Amino acid sequence: MEEIKKGFTPDPDCLVQVRNLKMFFPITTGFLKTTMLKAVNDVSFDIRRGETLGLVGESGCGKTTVGRTLLQLYKPTDGEIWFDGRKIDNKEALKNFRRRAQMVFQDPYSSLNPRMTVGDIVAEPIDVHHLCANKTERENRIRELMTLVGLNTEHATRYAHEFSGGQRQRIGIARALASKPEFIVCDEPVSALDVSIQAQVINMLEDLQSRLSLTYLFIAHDISVVKHISNRIAVMYLGRMMELASANELTKHPLHPYTVSLMSAVPVPDPKVSRNQHRIVLEGDVPSPLKVPSGCPFRPRCSRATAACAEACPAMREVSPGHFAACHNL
Amino acid sequence: MTEKKMKNPLSLQIDPALFETASEEEKAQQVTMRESVSFMRDAMRRLRKNRIAMISLWVILLVALIAFIVPTFYPYTYTKQDVTAQNLGPFQYSAKEQMKIDKGMSVFPHIMGTDNLGRDYAIRVIYGTRISLLVGIFSALIVIVIGIIYGSISGYFGGRVDMVMMRIVDIIYSLPDVLIVILLSVAIKDWVSTSQNALIARLGAGMVSIFIVFGLLYWVSMARQVRGQILSIKKQEYVLASRAIGATPARIIRKHMIPNCVSVIIIIAAMQIPSAIFTESFLSFLGLGVSVPMPSLGSLASDARTALRSYPYQLIFPALSIFLIVLSFNLLGNGLRDAFDPKLRN
Ligand SMILES: Nc1ncnc2c1ncn2[C@@H]1O[C@H](COP(=O)(O)OP(=O)(O)OP(=O)(O)O)[C@@H](O)[C@H]1O
Ligand SMILES: [Mg+2]
Repeated sequence: MEEIKKGFTPDPDCLVQVRNLKMFFPITTGFLKTTMLKAVNDVSFDIRRGETLGLVGESGCGKTTVGRTLLQLYKPTDGEIWFDGRKIDNKEALKNFRRRAQMVFQDPYSSLNPRMTVGDIVAEPIDVHHLCANKTERENRIRELMTLVGLNTEHATRYAHEFSGGQRQRIGIARALASKPEFIVCDEPVSALDVSIQAQVINMLEDLQSRLSLTYLFIAHDISVVKHISNRIAVMYLGRMMELASANELTKHPLHPYTVSLMSAVPVPDPKVSRNQHRIVLEGDVPSPLKVPSGCPFRPRCSRATAACAEACPAMREVSPGHFAACHNL
Repeated sequence: MTEKKMKNPLSLQIDPALFETASEEEKAQQVTMRESVSFMRDAMRRLRKNRIAMISLWVILLVALIAFIVPTFYPYTYTKQDVTAQNLGPFQYSAKEQMKIDKGMSVFPHIMGTDNLGRDYAIRVIYGTRISLLVGIFSALIVIVIGIIYGSISGYFGGRVDMVMMRIVDIIYSLPDVLIVILLSVAIKDWVSTSQNALIARLGAGMVSIFIVFGLLYWVSMARQVRGQILSIKKQEYVLASRAIGATPARIIRKHMIPNCVSVIIIIAAMQIPSAIFTESFLSFLGLGVSVPMPSLGSLASDARTALRSYPYQLIFPALSIFLIVLSFNLLGNGLRDAFDPKLRN
């Protein structure tokens, strides 16, 4: 009933639907003066069941904030989050959501408690949601999870500081899997790791996805990391979504001027192609998120900016089937 | 082909033919890690290496053992007066006792002599030490319990709650403890003397108010430190991870925050003990602590002042005892700080 009143019907194909999400942080900028930092401003997107949605953008554009607000770790300033056809707006829904949606963190060092054993870290969701009836069942589950992510089960009694970055990230992944979630937000899970280990962890995440039929929101600041594992990719800039399309379409035919410049910066392995590639170097720096330009946030650095761009912020619009972009000049 | 690649000595090109495959045993050796060390064990190892801290620990244990075990079998009690044996020096006997010895009976010696009422001084010093240790332990307990609960709530909830709670701490911090003990002991004198509770009556108004004041005032520095620690732990991602899992604030405080505050808690508690012991002795010295006939190291020292010229040992023994306890606790506290928080050193 409520859904009809609000004029929004959840799509059964989608596991997660985000509508007009806003997350503003009050920042003290002077004596008794606070300014709103618009970390996420009016972002909407859907994540289909079983797919990986890549979320890319420069550092500080609000990717982590989208992931955390989506998981209700921050209280959104505005906007709705629907999970499996239900709006997350009450305690009961949230409790259920906490079990079914999990997060893998960017920093494998600060995301594991140094005073807990690996077994206890991995079992935390089990303990919180009372998923195991007794101790043996819990032990077995810990062993099962550690095997799943390729860790030696004998190391369950060790402390996290005894492991390498890659192993620690595996521990973090095992913890995220412990409550048998359907949806996992991976917040730059490999950016703190050595290049040689990045591929291992990404392959493992892909493998786990097909085995456990997981849905991912995969955050990265680099398109080249996500383009292989994402079905669709969303591009963010200064708290707003700029473009959303299938991974193939976005990398081959980027529409938004910002995405075009991002794609031109991606190194191409073939030197012949690389030599002909015209690299667009953006002028100026990313403006401070406290002083977002009027109208389109990308306007001051955009080569195609017109007077109209300064007036109104362009809305996301379906330029071609399944390809959304927010630009006045398309 | 390989020949060509190997030419450059600085090249990292390695000839795979020179390697042999690892046996299963060798592979297993690579996997085995060094023995697991928890933070606690690591700190304990560091503490054991610190000789001064270990000597202090043994001194404290020895003193505690004497203070709590010796009175159970000691032939004299701290109240029993003997007018014939006033102000004896160490290992002296009164005329009456000498007669007994001459008759062949055994008399336990007055190791530290007797006081002006003929009470055995050794047992009085032991009792005084016991009071000091109890005060130290009690104040540490209060500091730990109240300080941790208060500090962690303030740090965890932050914002306005934190501001109000920390202003209260500021106010308490500025209250003079000695003055409050004096005022309180006057205020509760009647209540204590008519109390049905034997223990309260025996401790006396001064001692009860000392305990109350410790309970009211001494936890503030612990609360401040724990709050500061919690504020920094709160920013760690493992706390966020726990919230993402759906853990309650109580679980987060218990499982994530307090275990990461342990070093601070141990250090502050260990530093608090000698200062509490010293405050109690000081107040008893001024006549505000224990009530007669119960001895305290402070009151013993104070009583000894009047006859300092004639019987200096009556001051030396309690003074030595308090010196030993306070010094050992301080040195142990320093050792614990170095062991649990190597960064805090110097
Ligand atoms: N809790 C917070 N309080 C105040 N400001 C915040 C908070 N979290 C994030 N911000 C601000 O919001 C903006 C977006 O931050 P966010 O961490 O989401 O960026 P990001 O895209 O994940 O960057 P990175 O690639 O560096 O991880 C930044 O300007 C940041 O300073
Ligand atoms: Mg981030």
